[in-house]
Amino acid sequence: MELTGADILVRCLRDEGVKYIFGYPGGAALHIYDALYRQDEVRHILVRHEQGASHAADGYARVTGEPGVVLVTSGPGVTNTITGIATAYMDSIPMVVISGQVPSHLIGDDAFQEVDALGVSRPCVKHNFLVRDVNDLALTIKKAFYIANSGKPGPVMVDIPKDVTAALAEYHYPETVSMRSYNPTLRGHSGQIKKAAKLLLSAKRPIIYTGGGVTTAGGEQELRSLVRRLDYPCTNTLMGLGCFPANDPLFIGMLGMHGTYEANMAMHDCDVMLAVGARFDDRITGDLNKFAPYAKIIHVDIDPASIGKNVKVEVPIVGDAKLVLADLVATIEKLKLEPNYDALKAWWNQINSWRSVDSLSYDRNSSKIKPQYVLEKLYEVTNGEAFVTSDVGQHQMWAAQFYRFDTPRRWVNSGGLGTMGFGLPAAMGVHLAYPESDVVCVTGEASIIMCIQELSTCKQYDIPIKIINLNNRYMGMVRQWQEFFYDRRYSHSYMDALPDFVALAKSFGHDGVRIDDPADVEGALRETMKRKKDLVFMDFITDQEENVYPMIAAGSGHNEMHLSPKAESEEPAPQERELA
Amino acid sequence: MEENRHIISVLLENESGALSRVAGLFSARGYNIETLTVAPTDDPSLSRMTIVTTGSESVIEQITKQLNKLIEVVKVLNLADRNHIERELMMVKVRATGDLRDEVKRLAEIFRGRIIDVTESIYIIELTGECSKLDAFVETLKVTEILELVRSGVSGIARGESSLSLNGHKSKKSN
Ligand SMILES: Cc1cc2nc3c(=O)[nH]c(=O)nc-3n(C[C@H](O)[C@H](O)[C@H](O)COP(=O)(O)OP(=O)(O)OC[C@H]3O[C@@H](n4cnc5c(N)ncnc54)[C@H](O)[C@@H]3O)c2cc1C
Ligand SMILES: Cc1ncc(C[n+]2csc(CCOP(=O)(O)OP(=O)(O)O)c2C)c(N)n1
Ligand SMILES: [Mg+2]
Repeated sequence: MELTGADILVRCLRDEGVKYIFGYPGGAALHIYDALYRQDEVRHILVRHEQGASHAADGYARVTGEPGVVLVTSGPGVTNTITGIATAYMDSIPMVVISGQVPSHLIGDDAFQEVDALGVSRPCVKHNFLVRDVNDLALTIKKAFYIANSGKPGPVMVDIPKDVTAALAEYHYPETVSMRSYNPTLRGHSGQIKKAAKLLLSAKRPIIYTGGGVTTAGGEQELRSLVRRLDYPCTNTLMGLGCFPANDPLFIGMLGMHGTYEANMAMHDCDVMLAVGARFDDRITGDLNKFAPYAKIIHVDIDPASIGKNVKVEVPIVGDAKLVLADLVATIEKLKLEPNYDALKAWWNQINSWRSVDSLSYDRNSSKIKPQYVLEKLYEVTNGEAFVTSDVGQHQMWAAQFYRFDTPRRWVNSGGLGTMGFGLPAAMGVHLAYPESDVVCVTGEASIIMCIQELSTCKQYDIPIKIINLNNRYMGMVRQWQEFFYDRRYSHSYMDALPDFVALAKSFGHDGVRIDDPADVEGALRETMKRKKDLVFMDFITDQEENVYPMIAAGSGHNEMHLSPKAESEEPAPQERELA
Repeated sequence: MEENRHIISVLLENESGALSRVAGLFSARGYNIETLTVAPTDDPSLSRMTIVTTGSESVIEQITKQLNKLIEVVKVLNLADRNHIERELMMVKVRATGDLRDEVKRLAEIFRGRIIDVTESIYIIELTGECSKLDAFVETLKVTEILELVRSGVSGIARGESSLSLNGHKSKKSN
């Protein structure tokens, strides 16, 4: 039997196992919306702005590992999704975006609500398609899902003209797809793995630096086996948090601009670095000329272009992190290699002396609410088991530092693009994926306003997330840079005329509480987390001018950190160290 | 770092968006393109592109990897790494009057160019060869007035067995 393109599309989604799509209707998508109306297997979540749809789908993808799906209309529907698509692209998140397009015969005519969807999305998608013929539709959708979630994952857009959604064709959904021009390499080269094993075990001052690629690969067990087998220190990027447990003594914290003192000092002084699924972002490396001057680097990445892009690599290995880590462990066993225990002991002594600086310490006797304290308590109250989404700014860094993630796919944030407005819609996607779990969104008063309209979506679908607003009445991260680098000229970083967030939450049909006394923080968190059915907006009035420490200024080296006033007093005097 | 000229051959799906993806990649990442040519191959589902670019070793490595990453790209080969042949086609319209008529004709012959259109005052000369030969010819044509000049951009092919085709054994694509 022949079906319309719209029905074919919805069947494809069903057969692909899609449970939710996040979308917003409009003219060019109306046949598709009509097809959705006729079925109840694929559930559509109506957002309040298409940016919210792309972030919600992204949040869903980050915690499940399955592509998030977005459906929007042509023109403004498409352009509104772009921020969310770019966010997913930068963090290698699988997503399929389906956009309605004006009818084929009008394409190129500046028709009503026409925008060149392939053109505007091209720089921030892994791939995109325009479906010209209804007979190609099912295969194109299959390819879109395959491309989105294989190799280095990313967003794929499928643009479908309205007439194609009305045209008829037989439905057949291919079970598999193969493309002669696209074959990701998964298995690492065995010769390279052997070289890597030998180099890694020859280290005197080793470090294992891992990122989002380990999460993508599902390689956390393999990583744990390797690190524990060797007793080597492990640091994670912002995107990799949770792939090695924060509570393990071998974990030395996040590295990079706001990473711990011990992680950054160890990166600087190491002689062998194993980088897995991490891309040497400039927030990690700082000044490349001062980056890890003594290190020989082994780099494992599924994307060959990521290897050798920013730093010179001794042993490149193209492959999937999970498979390569497993092969690496097996090779070490097979070759009966043992670490240099004496050197390792000295190295750990050094690392522990850096640790004793306690670079994340803050003033615990303040009469104002310290944002770090809120997050410490949140961690305790939720037993470290909540899904935490965040927006972008100081609150994001504190969440990364103080919520100690022991499992991957719990920490959901925009690292590469740094998109304010991400946290709330992403939390909706996370809740739909894991409706029984606690989902909190850590945000700031500036970020939350950027997608605040999604409180309405939360009402419609009973999404009981908890919003932790660390309200410092500043674009804190911007203010901090202005304090450090612009002589405290706080140009346009002050949030004037803020709404009453409690009243605002209530106007959307939710509840809200304001907390301005440190003594009330824990109690309020406990009360709120018990309310499993309600969305509660917690407005914490925090210390206005608290800063995120440590901090490596852009363009500095890892050994040139700003420490908090408190940690500074603990910093060991620079000693002459002989490193080679 | 030393910047060298490279000539990169790309085999890609003959699909409408493919060219804009390659062009977009070069502009987004700030790579320079000296010339770019593209046309379908004997297999109409595939196109063959030749890109001439300059850059340091590490930039060229990134260009090659980034090209490979494009979903429609089947294979990439840096011809500068191997023995290869390059050709470019030029058509040049020159003023050919009086004494210059014979002089221009003689120059064209020396360069093995062909005069493919003649009027009382004008020749159009066709010339094929390596870029340097074309450049040299343009230089000598300064004896007269060049009215119009069009060059095709470079096409390249590797010598001997090694070939950039679907089944060719060189330069396996990986993402
Ligand atoms: C305000 C702010 C401050 C920040 N400060 C810091 C900071 O202090 N420290 C920090 O770390 N980050 C920080 N970031 C984040 C930073 O910008 C980058 O997003 C982050 O460092 C990148 O993490 P990653 O290297 O793990 O790469 P990701 O972006 O997670 O990339 C993953 C890598 O793994 C590869 N990969 C994917 N799948 C696989 C697989 N299956 N097998 C193998 N490899 C795979 C990919 O090709 C890619 O190279 C900050 C961001 C913001 C917004
Ligand atoms: C969409 C967007 N615009 C601008 C920025 C630049 N920016 C980064 S952090 C920040 C301030 C965030 O303020 P807030 O949400 O209050 O968080 P805080 O830093 O105070 O915790 C800004 C403006 C951004 N990351 N994203
Ligand atoms: Mg703020």
